[in-house]
Amino acid sequence: MLLLAKKFARDIPALIGLVIVIVAITIAIIGPWIAPHPGDVVASHLTQRLKPPSAAFPFGTDNLGRDLLSRVILGTRGALEVALIVVALAAAIGVPLGLVAGYASGWPSELIMRITDVFLSLPQLVLALALAQLLTPSLESAMIALAMTYWPFFTRLVFAETRRLKAALFVDALRGIGAGSTRILFAHILPNAISPVIVRATIGLGFTILVAAVLGFLGMGATPPQPDWGLTISESRNYLPDAWWYATFPGLAILLAVLGFNLLGDGLRDLFDPRLRRSR
Amino acid sequence: MADPILEIRGLRLSIRTDEGIAQVLDHIDFTLERGRILGLVGESGCGKSTVIRAIIGILPAGARIEAGTIRFNGEDLLELGEHELNTRIRGSRISFIPQDPYLALNPVFKVGSQLLEIMRWHAPDSSTRRGRDKRHRDRIVALLRRVQLPDPEAALERYPHQFSGGQRQRLVIAAALATAPALVIADEPTTALDVTTQQQILDLLRELAVEFGLSMLFVTHDLGVVAQLCDDLCVIYAGQLVESGNTAELLARPRHPYTKALLACHPDRAVAFSGIPGTVPSPLRAGFGCRFAPRCSDVRGLCITRRPHLMADRLGRRVDCALYDMPERVTT
Repeated sequence: MLLLAKKFARDIPALIGLVIVIVAITIAIIGPWIAPHPGDVVASHLTQRLKPPSAAFPFGTDNLGRDLLSRVILGTRGALEVALIVVALAAAIGVPLGLVAGYASGWPSELIMRITDVFLSLPQLVLALALAQLLTPSLESAMIALAMTYWPFFTRLVFAETRRLKAALFVDALRGIGAGSTRILFAHILPNAISPVIVRATIGLGFTILVAAVLGFLGMGATPPQPDWGLTISESRNYLPDAWWYATFPGLAILLAVLGFNLLGDGLRDLFDPRLRRSR
Repeated sequence: MADPILEIRGLRLSIRTDEGIAQVLDHIDFTLERGRILGLVGESGCGKSTVIRAIIGILPAGARIEAGTIRFNGEDLLELGEHELNTRIRGSRISFIPQDPYLALNPVFKVGSQLLEIMRWHAPDSSTRRGRDKRHRDRIVALLRRVQLPDPEAALERYPHQFSGGQRQRLVIAAALATAPALVIADEPTTALDVTTQQQILDLLRELAVEFGLSMLFVTHDLGVVAQLCDDLCVIYAGQLVESGNTAELLARPRHPYTKALLACHPDRAVAFSGIPGTVPSPLRAGFGCRFAPRCSDVRGLCITRRPHLMADRLGRRVDCALYDMPERVTT
């Protein structure tokens, strides 16, 4: 464990990612207390609309005179919540399916993997859009749609790992001493397959923040007046390019969050999988 | 000699593959007497491991047992369901020592937790969790000490990769003994080890078998190992049992042409390194009759059509060969 920590500490990009992620999580938790204008989720101050960044409003104000810094801070919790729920849901569907498909043989395995292939073959954003549209646009349906498009990645990953581990002698040994399939799968194979799942989930968090923002931007996700990053950028379109700050700061927030999770995910992958060396 | 712990009668097994049906086992028939060590010998791919898998019931996909019985303590294991095997037989009554100790332990858990887990399944009792864990732990430490693993207390807190090959084999042996089984099945447990370690493990197994009153089925391709360890011996060729009997007797006076040829190949005995002409037939094209016939130096006309059956003599030597079918030729 100590060795891994030392190795991780030498990986500068991963450390940067870790710092960004920690900062983002902290902001998400204490956001309502550190935002200068926590009431600006629903308030409107038409006298101070579209003010450029200044000492009073470091990120400027939007078309309803709300402080953008506060809204970016308050949007962090929503973005992380969505990402976390989506990835957790996707893993909860994808991991057990992958385990079962990898361990079983014959048609149950084929059935699961072919369904997975069908989901994988559809462009993710298009599928998410279609599903979100189908389920009446709201944050909840966006989350369901995103989870429905992300689980196949977990299934593929866990399937491959399980297939590899199924042939391992310790599985035979376990069967030989009377372990049932459920015990072998969840108590022995899953812990062996968990590190790529953690890596995929971390990268998935960043990816989901991005796609959730896209859905928000297209009006398929969060609804006004939620301080959603994607939604805010969408609202800013009418005021560009004059009110440049309006889209820039929420955009930077998305960029940083996604970057943070991706760097962390890459770092974890290098850590867990010594076979996959990053070419640097 | 009338107390068999494991009795296999007329076992036939086929595996469906992409190229057709492979007749992997044909007429396997042997008896393991209680308290004895029986060696199962044959070349690679002759079906030794499949016999073991059939006994424990962990056959590969597509395998089908066509005929025969596997009686353990008089109970046909083939009649039992998966659940019954798991709760009553596997691990608790029959233990399995797998071939490669490098791979037989789950790499992500500490050795101690893996051994405790096995005991927890198979030794349920009513005492408090704490008391039971303590007792299990004590038993494991005692076992690890018995298999001469250095520093058993500390060993429980280590991961499998932190042990050497010989130590890991000792761990696996301790795991197999943890539940006080009646029968231990060992699948080439010394093949992956170097010669000196192999010798130590064989000595250990021999001692443990006496000490714990174990019956043991020992699978190997190494006749030298068999000669040291096993009381009785079965020789398998291409899925057919060709000869069985007391080890010393059988090695001194082999009857089946295959056993003779095999012994002639052994470096200790071979006058000149000879080998057996030809190769093991594919189980996909197995016809009727003796499978050794194409390579046999003593082949007769009826070998091709003769169905396998064993002829026994008064001393319990059994051989499956046309040469011994005529009663007058079965002499001791």
